[in-house]
Amino acid sequence: MAYDKFTTLKSTVVPLPIENVDTDQIIPARFLKATKREGFGDNLFRDWRYNGDDTPKEDFVLNNPIYKGKILVGGKNFGSGSSREHAAWAVYDYGFRCVVSSFFADIFKNNCLNIGVLPVQISAEFLNEIFEATYADPSTEVEIDLNAQTITLLSSGSQESFAINGYKKDNMLNGFDDIDYLQNIKSEIETFTASRPF
Amino acid sequence: MSKSLFDKVWDSHVVRHIEDGPDVLYIDRHLIHEVTSPVAFVGLESRGLSVLYPQRTFAVADHNTPTINQHLPVQDPLSANQLKTLENNANKYGISHWGLGHENNGIVHVVGPENGITLPGATIVCGDSHTSTHGAFGAIAFGIGTSEVEMVLTTQCIMQPKPKKMRISVNGALNKGVTPKDVGLYIISQLTTSGATGYFVEYAGDVFENMTMEGRMTVCNLSIEMGARGGMVAPDEKTFEYIKGRAMTPKGADWDKAMTYWETLKTDDDAVFDKELTFDASTIEPMITYGTNPGMGIGISKNIPSADSVEGGKATYDKSLAYMGYAENEEMIGKKIDYVFIGSCTNGRIEDFRAFASIVKGRKKADNVTAWLVPGSHIVEAKIKEEGLLDIFEAAGFVLREPGCSACLAMNDDKVPAGKYAVSTSNRNFEGRQGPGSRTLLASPLVAAAAAVTGVVTDPRELL
Repeated sequence: MAYDKFTTLKSTVVPLPIENVDTDQIIPARFLKATKREGFGDNLFRDWRYNGDDTPKEDFVLNNPIYKGKILVGGKNFGSGSSREHAAWAVYDYGFRCVVSSFFADIFKNNCLNIGVLPVQISAEFLNEIFEATYADPSTEVEIDLNAQTITLLSSGSQESFAINGYKKDNMLNGFDDIDYLQNIKSEIETFTASRPF
Repeated sequence: MSKSLFDKVWDSHVVRHIEDGPDVLYIDRHLIHEVTSPVAFVGLESRGLSVLYPQRTFAVADHNTPTINQHLPVQDPLSANQLKTLENNANKYGISHWGLGHENNGIVHVVGPENGITLPGATIVCGDSHTSTHGAFGAIAFGIGTSEVEMVLTTQCIMQPKPKKMRISVNGALNKGVTPKDVGLYIISQLTTSGATGYFVEYAGDVFENMTMEGRMTVCNLSIEMGARGGMVAPDEKTFEYIKGRAMTPKGADWDKAMTYWETLKTDDDAVFDKELTFDASTIEPMITYGTNPGMGIGISKNIPSADSVEGGKATYDKSLAYMGYAENEEMIGKKIDYVFIGSCTNGRIEDFRAFASIVKGRKKADNVTAWLVPGSHIVEAKIKEEGLLDIFEAAGFVLREPGCSACLAMNDDKVPAGKYAVSTSNRNFEGRQGPGSRTLLASPLVAAAAAVTGVVTDPRELL
């Protein structure tokens, strides 16, 4: 499924300074029963966001109107656990285009890149600086420039560069995905298949 | 150049390497289930694509299936629709389908090895993180997202950079009452849930050499819980004996040819790993978790650590203990429990039920415990009956259910109620994993059995 191109993004951020946020929290298993990619954003962080009777939990950040934006900033080891791509879909469908953390779980990071959510890994110190700046002033903006591979905290001018391989960067800048690439080398794949012993 | 087992298998599957990008990796065998595949089929249809090699994909219903009355229509309309969608997609594209009621049905990571889908030296993927299980056979096996399921369906390839390599050796002999599950939970407790992120693990040393195939599957299964993409064990005589003659393993001359290749699948003596870790088997005791991720495990006789003795932030640690209703420095032994779950792709094989039976035999289920015994497949279920284990369970007051993922992720009706404690042989103790508000203590089948008959967390060594 193609997605919108990602070049630069300037936005306020939603802070979630919890470590080891697993994909069961991002979207609980009972919401994985759909056969189409629709409505996952409604259940993003469902059990942290709502009580058992579906009333909002007021102390959860997504229910606090002060914090909004297209950038989710999470604690270390974000997205661990289940490989469910539904977690990345929920993040995207809710309206985030970028997740910032000091460390990402492997499969979640890969899933994000495949659907057009940019995972930006920064130092623990810079992560902390963003949390502090946001709590001091929720209107603080962060700017992400994919081409330059930089993330900047606009209030202080603090900046870090982040890593992304050239292939994935090109995909995100142009809104391409891996299937576009693989379809173009199908004959090479068919030749390879003939050499497989089983 | 010297190569590790992982290098040998990975490198032989690279169709193309992209400079400053991923490898195009060929996938030999692809497992799909009802939850993570439907959107992949929608995707390929919207692009007007088809399935390139349907004979390389195997569809199994497991995540969302009931574990009682499987002969009746599935009650939940959403679950029923998902199961039907899997069947329709499989039929439409000529993919084999082991749905509810099929004699080969069960948890995808249990039935793969049982039927010879899993082979040494193969690349195996599934839209499920516990695909790492198949690494026990010397395969490179790992979980993928739905976008990648679509890639494999249409091109038999995925695109990923080659991970770094880690070798974890456990040497010496395991003590009485210490099972492969404890070895896995112990390693995760030492590495944390992110300690192996970015790596592919090879398990080596005495403990894994001496371990059964079932045990190796349990350990490889848990690789993802320390962040590793997967884990693998070099194939040996035990591996070949396990797979020989199974429905989908090579036969005759093809077997001989495959064996010649499989016997080369070991790490060269001077191969270099990005990280090497070594543990002493004798220091491992039966493990149990006390928190909300699989890295929060301790020896069952130990107390819950204080916040200042663990890695990570205090706020996260406090949140975790508050969810569990526990406090720092408390003992785990004697804590009251409400549910026991034995099953899942981690511990739903025959050996696990034998272990459970070894403790419950001649004892009675505690009155305060609700127990769910869920075999990993119909083949496991049949063996439980054949070996007389069912009689032992029934005499002790337990009921055997039908196969599926069940309470491991509680997508079906097997949900632990809010606030209740479950000793579970599954793989994740995340908040709400076994039902909204549920509290999970991960442990081995022996620890689960000891809890089931005493009603509290109990050291199984006292009952062996």
